[in-house]
Amino acid sequence: MTSEPRLGVTKTYKLFVNGAFVRSESGRSYEVTSSTGDFVANVAQGSRKDLRDAVVAARAAQSRWWDQTAYNRGQVLYRLAEIAESRRRELADHVGLSEGLKGSAARDVVARSIDRLVWYAGWTDKVAQILGSTNPVAGPFFNFSVPTPTGVVGVVAPATSSFEGLVDVVGAPLCVGNAVIAIASETRPTPAVLLSEMAATADVPAGVLNILTGRTDELAGALCAHDDVDAVDLAGVDPEKVGELAAVAADSVKRVLRPFDAEDFPLRRLRAFVETSTVWHTIGQ
Amino acid sequence: MSDLARSELGSLTYDPAPESASIVTLKPHYGLFLDGKFTDPTSHESITTINPATGADLATVAHASSADVDRAVRSARRAYEKVWRKTSGAERGKYLFRIARLLQERAREFAVLETLDNGKPIRESRDIDVPAAAAHFFYYAGWADKLDYAGFGPAPVPLGVAGQIIPWNFPLLMAAWKLAPALATGNTCVLKPAETTPLTALLLAEVLQQAELPPGVVNIVTGDGATGAALVDHEGLDKIAFTGSTDVGREIQRRLATRGTHLTLELGGKGANIVFDDAPLDEMIEGVIDGIFFNQGHVCCAGSRLLVQESVADEVLRRLFRRVEQLRVGNPLDKNTDVGAINSAAQLSRIHEMVDVGVSEGADRFTSSCALPSDGYWFAPTVFTNVSPSDRIAREEIFGPVLSVLTFRTPDEAVAKANNSLYGLACGVWSEKGSRTLWVAERLRAGVVWSNTYNRFDPTSPFGGVRLSGFGREGGRHGLEAYLDV
Repeated sequence: MTSEPRLGVTKTYKLFVNGAFVRSESGRSYEVTSSTGDFVANVAQGSRKDLRDAVVAARAAQSRWWDQTAYNRGQVLYRLAEIAESRRRELADHVGLSEGLKGSAARDVVARSIDRLVWYAGWTDKVAQILGSTNPVAGPFFNFSVPTPTGVVGVVAPATSSFEGLVDVVGAPLCVGNAVIAIASETRPTPAVLLSEMAATADVPAGVLNILTGRTDELAGALCAHDDVDAVDLAGVDPEKVGELAAVAADSVKRVLRPFDAEDFPLRRLRAFVETSTVWHTIGQ
Repeated sequence: MSDLARSELGSLTYDPAPESASIVTLKPHYGLFLDGKFTDPTSHESITTINPATGADLATVAHASSADVDRAVRSARRAYEKVWRKTSGAERGKYLFRIARLLQERAREFAVLETLDNGKPIRESRDIDVPAAAAHFFYYAGWADKLDYAGFGPAPVPLGVAGQIIPWNFPLLMAAWKLAPALATGNTCVLKPAETTPLTALLLAEVLQQAELPPGVVNIVTGDGATGAALVDHEGLDKIAFTGSTDVGREIQRRLATRGTHLTLELGGKGANIVFDDAPLDEMIEGVIDGIFFNQGHVCCAGSRLLVQESVADEVLRRLFRRVEQLRVGNPLDKNTDVGAINSAAQLSRIHEMVDVGVSEGADRFTSSCALPSDGYWFAPTVFTNVSPSDRIAREEIFGPVLSVLTFRTPDEAVAKANNSLYGLACGVWSEKGSRTLWVAERLRAGVVWSNTYNRFDPTSPFGGVRLSGFGREGGRHGLEAYLDV
């Protein structure tokens, strides 16, 4: 008996907005190919409207995320790492396909990415102890400073490092209590879509992490121009376009993290998306 | 209710108790402080600075051109490369300790000069501005040789040359807030004081000379907005630190976007002072008054919105009106003066404009019946009630002695109303219930929250805002970050 060759079931790659997988409201998609030029998928091409929807979702979700205990946020991020671990072969396939890496190299990238998530999971309840302080003011006050989330953070994920780079730029703002809108690598978006699928099953509350695929120029411009985005990480922006986008971001006095080498400044990304809030409390009988 | 507030008082009069201005010796003209010396500007243009309480001329100061700014930046760069970056932290710290001590020694002179040039009451310049400036130098002096332990990794490096633009509301104190952390971390500076209040910065230059601070480590360029713009546009700077309006801060951020120059901004605010029904009423009234009328309300973190729980609103307003009537407005050099002069004609017209807007929006105006001096710039303490959250007087910074009162019913509503602002600099919470205070503080989008107090500052306590109030912190360990490449 000859068995009929089985046709694989391919996946539709969607945007991840407010905890749901949606096609772009624009109806657009674009073709993604592997590093060798083979067809991989038609991926949703997010629009400005999709981005605005994501900002609304993120704004609503941010306070809920911050209201959770730091311990709880750590467990959610750790859960994300657990699920990534269980899907590491699939992740490695996509990273390999996207970035042109051979099997073991791709697996190494995924392993480092998962370890990075674990690193962030462990940070959630230490950030306040490292970045906060009590301040010995000259007067009868208990004065303390705590790092609080900046709010809604937009990140332009690195263009080349499709998964490891993405994990780093979303992990930092999430771990300190922000809600995130991430724009995936334009040419290598499928690992980012996998991350959104993992987030959906890792108890990350809806809207806390939103991932958009599409044209970086279009989405990054809209992200930097959006008045209700508090901060942007321009990690994946072309160096010659950073200035222009940073100028747009200035209209709403956004915090702007420009591309930098994380090896030289290991905590810069973590510090970039916290605000120091200082409370003076009277002491008396 | 306002008539009742007045009738309760009777007449209270005090004899004048003026502080002598003779301790200050003003020169007729001041040059730029470049490379450790007072120097003539290239253009010989000058600006006259006046006493806003009388309108009388105090002195003329140089109007620095972009060529002068360039000289200042070059001087700072030379000093950075040749001297300051090679000076050990311990030695840098000792210069700052000297500066702190010299400021203390000459404190009264600085206080009187600040009051003359700014218009603020001598009680404030003497008890707050000048001691706080000295304390700021003293605090950061001690950090200079301990940066390895500040939490930014081993041997954090300075940024280089910092351009620092400061406002007119706390001229000396803002100079201290800018210079002390920059110098402690090993940067050199070009300081640009405000157009209307340059004199204490120039007196500080004398202190720097007395401290034998190496030439060029601090340069001071006086001038107007054009001078500030020339500083922002100078490509030889590694850092700009700006305190002032949100409009100017936003423009600076835009201009620096392509260069990527490090930037910290301390901008405007519309602070909410939230009064719950269990607030300690006597302290609360003093705090609310201090929150808005301190320094004539020329305070970025002023508690310019009062949010009162409905159940106590009548009682709070009765006491508030009564206290406003008692404020002594007048000669800033008088030791009993509570509210001094508005700093400039421009600011006075802005306040008039916003108060007119408040009236036209339908809010009820209560203004102190105090007599105002005939010369100089004055505005009587004013409270608006019946204010709606969408009114401009509830949303826009007035930067004057004008308070807008709104009410709320629940803690959730208080938080929502307090956060209903594009700014996020400071808030106050008045309640005897600690758990509620901390619950509210956690939810306020503000860089500083004062609980049962307001407008407190300390060199160890980080200060700065969120959203349109800017980014970066001044004060405390956090204040070091603004001047380190970390």
